[in-house]
Amino acid sequence: MRFQAHGLEFRYPGAAEPTLRGVDLDTPDGSLYAVLGPNGSGKSTLLRALLGVLEPTGGSVHFDGRPLREWSRRDLARAVGVVPQREVVSFPLSVRELVAMGRYPHLGALGAETRGDTDAVDRALEQCDVTGLADRDVGTLSGGEFQRVRIARALAQEPRALVLDEPTASLDIRHEMTILELLRAWADEGMTVLVVTHGVEQAARFADRMLLLSRGRVAAEGPPAQVLEESILREVYGWPLSVTEDPATGSLKVTPLRR
Amino acid sequence: MRPGVRRGALGTALAMALGASLILGVRFGSVPVSTGDVLDVLLGGGSPIHRDIVLGLRLPRVLLGLLVGGGLALSGATFQALLRNPLAEPYILGISGGASVGAVLVLATGWVAAGSWTLPLAAFAGAVVAIALVFRVATATGRRMDVRVLLLAGVVVAAFFSACIAFILSVSPARTVQSAVLWIMGSVAHAGWREVMLAGAYTLPAGVLLLTLARPLNLMAIGEDTAHYLGADVERVKKLALAAAALLTAAGVAVAGVIGFVGLVVPHAIRIVAGSDHRILLPFSFLAGASFLILADLVARMLLAPTEIPLGVITAFVGVPIFLVLLRGTIVRQG
Repeated sequence: MRFQAHGLEFRYPGAAEPTLRGVDLDTPDGSLYAVLGPNGSGKSTLLRALLGVLEPTGGSVHFDGRPLREWSRRDLARAVGVVPQREVVSFPLSVRELVAMGRYPHLGALGAETRGDTDAVDRALEQCDVTGLADRDVGTLSGGEFQRVRIARALAQEPRALVLDEPTASLDIRHEMTILELLRAWADEGMTVLVVTHGVEQAARFADRMLLLSRGRVAAEGPPAQVLEESILREVYGWPLSVTEDPATGSLKVTPLRR
Repeated sequence: MRPGVRRGALGTALAMALGASLILGVRFGSVPVSTGDVLDVLLGGGSPIHRDIVLGLRLPRVLLGLLVGGGLALSGATFQALLRNPLAEPYILGISGGASVGAVLVLATGWVAAGSWTLPLAAFAGAVVAIALVFRVATATGRRMDVRVLLLAGVVVAAFFSACIAFILSVSPARTVQSAVLWIMGSVAHAGWREVMLAGAYTLPAGVLLLTLARPLNLMAIGEDTAHYLGADVERVKKLALAAAALLTAAGVAVAGVIGFVGLVVPHAIRIVAGSDHRILLPFSFLAGASFLILADLVARMLLAPTEIPLGVITAFVGVPIFLVLLRGTIVRQG
């Protein structure tokens, strides 16, 4: 399952400047692909355009080789699981109910849940290690638990691609690493995992390829070693920094310097 | 108790409560009628007096209570989901304000004398004007309807209508003011079969439509992007559900005035006991709202008989303590 964009442009109605300009992107099958960039560089907009929430004002978007507009919502929801950046659950809802929403695109006309649906929900709970929370109210979960539950909902869709918008923001070390290792494992099993993140170093460790956005343009694209160049990062983030190899992990380490 | 068992028990209890409310509502009033006599009348027999009381007065009254109370609760639950706002209620978009302006205008100008149909018709027309205005504003920025704009537009339009009402009342004689205020506070005292038909003609189709949208409403209550990613047609669901809930409310206000609190509190009470799955929440809210309003009306006409207390007063007096107790229960449970 590949996400592809060619010359993607998006301008919000009434905006003077486009938010995305000429973005090219191609996620290989079964890879973990990270989208990086400073605040306001267009990461979330790119993600929404790739998922058909926003209609591009220029260029093209393909999913699995077909133009995105040829995909019905339902078919796309069966193929791609999405974990949006923020969700607020204002009403009482159990973890199992939230995860079971992932079955919506698979239900028949009558909307009755079958044994297969229940099994998919159980598997998703299991994979994200939240089975024990199934009967808890979503409102009582910690940030890390809620995040894993939302990922479980995306997994319950039984998707072939997974898209996550800052999945590890505001999580502690253990929860962050748990989620990143899960994403890595799923990518190794053949799922395409697209992640928008601020965690440059974590992306360097876990991603196969990355795309660095700067003011709506692609500043660099490729394997981490190629994208995480000192000169590029300084330019994009507007801050002095050094890139070194971390002896503990063997991956690149980005250290912001004092001005 | 497992959630399924608890829901089953609650559903049974609500259905029985509605049955009991209907019987009580028909039996009691200034002249009590025994259950046996009520049954005789319903089966086509009974004395002429009992037939007049049951068929002419009380049955339309309790049925109107059923339709309006159930409809308001259904509408409230829908607005809360679509606006993702626990404070949303059926009147939040200025529907009651529009209806009240229509009603007050008819009362103040004396057009009400033209026939008993003028008041509900004017109120319904006012409600529809409010709905059209608010929807128009919310879709002005593009083909998508922005619920935040909808909410703000509703609040502003409601404020404008309040000013209209205040202005009309300030230049009206005291008698008009009193009848207007009583209308605004809600009542099903003047229920006839025509009112029942009007309320039913909107409530039943809108209710069925909302039930078919229960599953996408579950997704919408989490967020519109989430619903989209899970394959729901967000704009279609939003427009259909809003239109159904708005018309449902408009029909209710037109025949019974502004009865507060049912639409806000009943859905929350059901959520606390049975959760937020709209496949359960919507029908249960309808049953609970219907029973609640029938019983509230019974209290309204019995407590200070022969004086009738406005229905909106009773719904608040009874509803607030019940809700606070339920709310306290959830806070204790969640620690």
